[in-house]
Amino acid sequence: MTTPLLHSYQNIDSWLHRLPAYIKLVSAVTAIIAITMIPKGQWLGICIALFIGSCIVISAKLQYRALLKRLLLLELFAIGIALLPLLQGQGIEFFLFNVVRISLCILCMLLVSSTTRFTDILSVLWRLHLPSILITTLALMYRYLFLLHEELSTLQKARNSRTFSTQKKMIWHLNATILAQLFIRTLERAERIYGAMKSRGWKN
Amino acid sequence: MHIPDGFLSAPVAITTAILTLGSLAYAVHDIKKNLTENKVPFLGLAAAFIFAAQMLNFPVAAGTSGHLVGAALAAILLGPSAAMLVMSAVLILQCLMFADGGITALGGNLFNLAVIAPFISYYTYQFILKLSRSHTVFTQLFAVMCASWLSVVTASIFCALELAASNVASFTLVLPAMTSVHMVIALGEAAITAFVVLNIIKIRPDLIKQDNNTSGTSSIKHFLIVGLIISLALAIFVSPFASEHPDGLEFVAEHMGFISNAYTVFNHAPFPDYSMMGMESTTISIVIVGLCGTLAAFIFSWFFAQWLSRAKNNTP
Repeated sequence: MTTPLLHSYQNIDSWLHRLPAYIKLVSAVTAIIAITMIPKGQWLGICIALFIGSCIVISAKLQYRALLKRLLLLELFAIGIALLPLLQGQGIEFFLFNVVRISLCILCMLLVSSTTRFTDILSVLWRLHLPSILITTLALMYRYLFLLHEELSTLQKARNSRTFSTQKKMIWHLNATILAQLFIRTLERAERIYGAMKSRGWKN
Repeated sequence: MHIPDGFLSAPVAITTAILTLGSLAYAVHDIKKNLTENKVPFLGLAAAFIFAAQMLNFPVAAGTSGHLVGAALAAILLGPSAAMLVMSAVLILQCLMFADGGITALGGNLFNLAVIAPFISYYTYQFILKLSRSHTVFTQLFAVMCASWLSVVTASIFCALELAASNVASFTLVLPAMTSVHMVIALGEAAITAFVVLNIIKIRPDLIKQDNNTSGTSSIKHFLIVGLIISLALAIFVSPFASEHPDGLEFVAEHMGFISNAYTVFNHAPFPDYSMMGMESTTISIVIVGLCGTLAAFIFSWFFAQWLSRAKNNTP
């Protein structure tokens, strides 16, 4: 069982998927910096960026419905911040401009995340000489994230099948017991993993 | 509280990135020195746990729901350095794999949620426990609640400061808006964290000791180094507003000049009359509201912790 939030990578074969991860990362960062430098009110620049973005999405054969869904999900906080200047008496055009610009930035990162495997990103981070403990943590985290999430929903299902109350107070309490359970199971799993790693010759 | 790309100005983004790198480098150094080998896989699993915990929805009202941030929980369960590393891993994964939080704003997001939030919550927790000699379940829960409430509120204050320093909106608007919203959200965070800690105490009381510190950090050194970095950030982000602050005519002239400059550069500007007239009174009212909110949160934590610990004693 996975939520849409956990599903970012789109498993298709396209030129964008085949591109090395570091090129994608560097070009995404460059594109984001370029987009943020478009002066306010310059709709032409935004249109050009939008055109390029949609060209990439179409030529990479990405499912744009999934992309759009994630974009909307991620935009809530962005719209919240963009609303602030509106309260200060700046026009609605400025607000719209900001929202479109931010969506373009999010789209850049979405393009990277939906066409690159995390292991490839990790190897880029490794080549950047990030501390090995951080890389190990990231790798283990990504490896066990889905497992833990599944365990969480199993615990939740088990709980729901045993309780019939829908009181909010109860749900908070039950959710907290689930989290506590999950933490202790995580701790025990970590001990088993350490044993397994050790017996296969792992050295820190 | 994940700032997306396009809000932070270049100087703010670079400053926060440098400060974050500094604190994380220290955290990594500390972990390498003090962490026993068998805890290394646990860090990765703990990061996955925090990530998964953030996906569990807690119903609030009228169909809306909130979720845990987890910085305080990580800091209390793992100790300060390990919590910093774990929270950074969570945020980096969210940024790179799920496009949640901008990559140019990654430094700022890490600084708010992976440096400040664990730091504040860990030392608040320790401080309250040190104050009271008896370590009953009540004091533990009270300390947990205060720590997690403060961590979310402080992170939101820094988030607001960064946004204001990037000229997204004026200081007097963004700070009260962000902080007041998060003061309420933080109550939920405090309640959830207290619930979770209570349940962990029930099952494995040995996991929450007073000096629960996975990496065996020397607290004072850590406190001094990371505290110094955070106060540096505060100085950098607050000084522009402080130096603008009232000094009669000079201030007005400077402010007018600044505003008209800003007008030509960005072809937008807040109403100069509005921000000047209300400056002093709004600052005072912000402080008053902030104090009242903090007091209310402490009272809430007090009673909630008492209720929880009593509920714990009643059920065997």
